[in-house]
Amino acid sequence: MAKQFIKGNEAVVKGAILAGCQAYYGYPITPASEIAEAAAYYLPLLGRTFLQAESEIGAINMVYGAASAGIRVMTASSSPGISLKQEGISYAAGAELSCVVVDITRGGPGLGNIAPEQSDYNQMVKGGGHGNYKLIVLAPNCAQEMCDLTMHAFDLADRYRTPVVVMADGFVGQMMEPVEFPAPVVDLPPKPWATAGTPETYKNLITSIDLEPDDLERHINHLYAKYAEIEANEVRYEEYMVDDADLVCIGFGVVSRILQSGIERVRAEGKKVGLLRPITLWPFPEKRLARLADEGKKLLVMEMNKGMMVDDVRLAVQHRVPVGFYGRVGGNVPSGREVYDQIMLHLEAV
Amino acid sequence: MAETIFRKAKSFYDVYERKAGANKDVTHYCPGCGHGILHKLIAEAMDDFDLKEHTVLISPVGCSVFAYYYFDCGNIQAAHGRAPAVATGVKRTNPDSVVISYQGDGDLAGIGGNEILQAANRGERISVFFVNNAIYGMTGGQMAPTTLLGMRTTTSPHGRSIGNEGYPLHMCELISTLEAPVYVERVSLTDAKHIMQARRAVRKALKAQMEGKGFTFVEALSACPTNWKVPTREANRWIVEMMEPVFPIKVFKDEIETREVVPREKKTYTPHEIVETLDLPTGDETVSFVRPPNALKDPEIKVAGFGGQGVLLLGLALAQAGMRAGYHVTWLPSYGPEMRGGTANCHVRIAEGRIGSPLVHESDVLIAFNGPSLDKFASLVKPGGLILYDSSLIDRTIERTDVKALGLPFTELADKELGNGRASNFVAMGAFIVASRGVFDEHVVKSILPLVIKRKNLIELNERAVAAGMRIAREALGS
Ligand SMILES: Cc1ncc(C[n+]2csc(CCOP(=O)(O)OP(=O)(O)O)c2C)c(N)n1
Ligand code: SF4
Repeated sequence: MAKQFIKGNEAVVKGAILAGCQAYYGYPITPASEIAEAAAYYLPLLGRTFLQAESEIGAINMVYGAASAGIRVMTASSSPGISLKQEGISYAAGAELSCVVVDITRGGPGLGNIAPEQSDYNQMVKGGGHGNYKLIVLAPNCAQEMCDLTMHAFDLADRYRTPVVVMADGFVGQMMEPVEFPAPVVDLPPKPWATAGTPETYKNLITSIDLEPDDLERHINHLYAKYAEIEANEVRYEEYMVDDADLVCIGFGVVSRILQSGIERVRAEGKKVGLLRPITLWPFPEKRLARLADEGKKLLVMEMNKGMMVDDVRLAVQHRVPVGFYGRVGGNVPSGREVYDQIMLHLEAV
Repeated sequence: MAETIFRKAKSFYDVYERKAGANKDVTHYCPGCGHGILHKLIAEAMDDFDLKEHTVLISPVGCSVFAYYYFDCGNIQAAHGRAPAVATGVKRTNPDSVVISYQGDGDLAGIGGNEILQAANRGERISVFFVNNAIYGMTGGQMAPTTLLGMRTTTSPHGRSIGNEGYPLHMCELISTLEAPVYVERVSLTDAKHIMQARRAVRKALKAQMEGKGFTFVEALSACPTNWKVPTREANRWIVEMMEPVFPIKVFKDEIETREVVPREKKTYTPHEIVETLDLPTGDETVSFVRPPNALKDPEIKVAGFGGQGVLLLGLALAQAGMRAGYHVTWLPSYGPEMRGGTANCHVRIAEGRIGSPLVHESDVLIAFNGPSLDKFASLVKPGGLILYDSSLIDRTIERTDVKALGLPFTELADKELGNGRASNFVAMGAFIVASRGVFDEHVVKSILPLVIKRKNLIELNERAVAAGMRIAREALGS
């Protein structure tokens, strides 16, 4: 099919609708508002639901209800709004509900600013809500992936009965690029566990409470067995010129694109540098990283935060190789010059 | 509460299998608790209207968190205070279902104050059953928003005071001031007469929901002997003497008869209709274009000016034209407050291969529409790069000698020759085509104009603007 030149945020909505998303509940916030706006425009035209909720708390709980009733449903927000959604996300993880949460990240803490940061890594990947749970976190770096990974998120959410996050920085959300949209998904998997208010489903219960310690422990162990399956099957990453590299840069979202440009520049000077871009931030490509460490490659992590993913990289390689870090925050984005200098610095470091 | 549900409603389970512990035939509620009575009234109404297979009951956080032990219907347990939002999601998924939000006073009037108010105000077609026992039962007797003045609780040990905690919150009174709700009543679960009244209210609310009338709300004054520290036999009297004067039992609003039902239509859409509705392109839309060998290669472009000068639009047009001509392209705007300040800029990349960073720090091309933008970005143009600027608005000479600077009267030309100064951005587009030695041509631009210019009657004007821009650029460059 032909490509459409489109904003990442809008590609999320079109992808979601193509994936069979029946409802969107959300509250406006920059730089995610285009998602709500596009959802408000398109969903009603197809007889589906768009509702601007009273707050992010309201929105995530409407998602909780709609997911309980068995449809594909989503919400989107940006960092401060995601903080508010964390309670609901924890409930959805506990109650094993399929839903998609999109986070177009901005600067923090507090009100911070609306410029792109990646400082939601910990609140999404490490679980910003209470309790033992994990979220699948997908990190697109272009408009095409905003569509594709949103669609993939709905599939994963249904397959594993779990909330799935699509997390992109403000630039990936705001940027426009050509996108090729796939055909609409038909024949979604049935959800016999839902509580839809129908004779087929009225015996069902959606809950996250388990009063007895043994019951709750069993439930959590069940969740973690599921997470182990996800870790075994769903890791995604992309590599660029890694094979012969002495130094491998690691970054996600827009940083991976900036790194790509930087690597092209130093490659032109004959320096052996590559890129590993985690697409799933959880499950994390830790096995691949461990292998890179086995091969003795130096690693340089770059993020638009004070160092969050770098912790996971260090855990994966168990300090066997040097892991450098460079971060910019406040909405600042590493420039080509900074990337170049950092690569040179870490290439030479011993 | 075994005695209140002696003849068990069919909408209750026979045996409470979900309940922990040994006693699976009695509820977990204390003797004399109002929850058991209200449960029974709801279950009986569900029996009589044959509802259980169509009902989803949302249980709150509070003593009734375990309502799903008892009700033989679809059950969802929600976060503290959020049941009305959860109910919204369920009801809108299946409008034919009957959705009940069952909540206590801490849940509904405290932590969930916004959720209930907004669901009521939207007129969600759900029924809310609200147990007001003036205290937090589950957590052991702390103050609730509905706790009476002077009443001692574990967190108002000196008695609730106006100065510190303020007055009790009256939910029926509040909700009945909203336009959307169709039915709001406060009842009291004390003696047989009042329980019969409560029974009628519950049935009325559910019936109204079945008929699709709108939001219904029944508040039940209800005993919590345990946390009131009042003997069970005195609890009803406590409701009558202490609560009813503050929370009058009455119908606050009843518009069930007169409220119109909005009919719903359910239509399914074919994949083709979905693609069409989403405005997705269907045919291949690239135009044939061969890049001249000496055209600017992989230009990184910055476009900057005042908001309203069509800066972002020009960037979009550059990127779209690049895409049509077969290049990889990206467009990145400045967004948010930066724009509110009155200036706007965007980054455009047009390249033969996959594009790494969409950011343009140092540009090959700067197109500037006002002085501040030129001042800000001219120094970031790469040596050998190109600066196009609107000489009708910018009275500057470019100091740099290592770049090619071309000042052309974009606005003046658009104004005088085309009769519309706002076409200045496409005059600049024409200049870019020439100055870039044909990264793409005017035919490519013409093909994308309908995509970027929303007002059809302005397309022709902008076509002429491109031509005019090309002309003056050629004149200036002597090419
Ligand atoms: C977010 C959150 N805050 C606090 C609590 C603790 N909590 C549980 S029940 C409850 C109050 C319930 O009181 P009410 O809604 O009046 O119901 P009742 O138990 O009286 O029926 C509180 C504060 C919680 N579970 N979750
Ligand atoms: S504590 Fe109060 S509200 Fe809770 S079950 Fe006992 S009497 Fe009922």
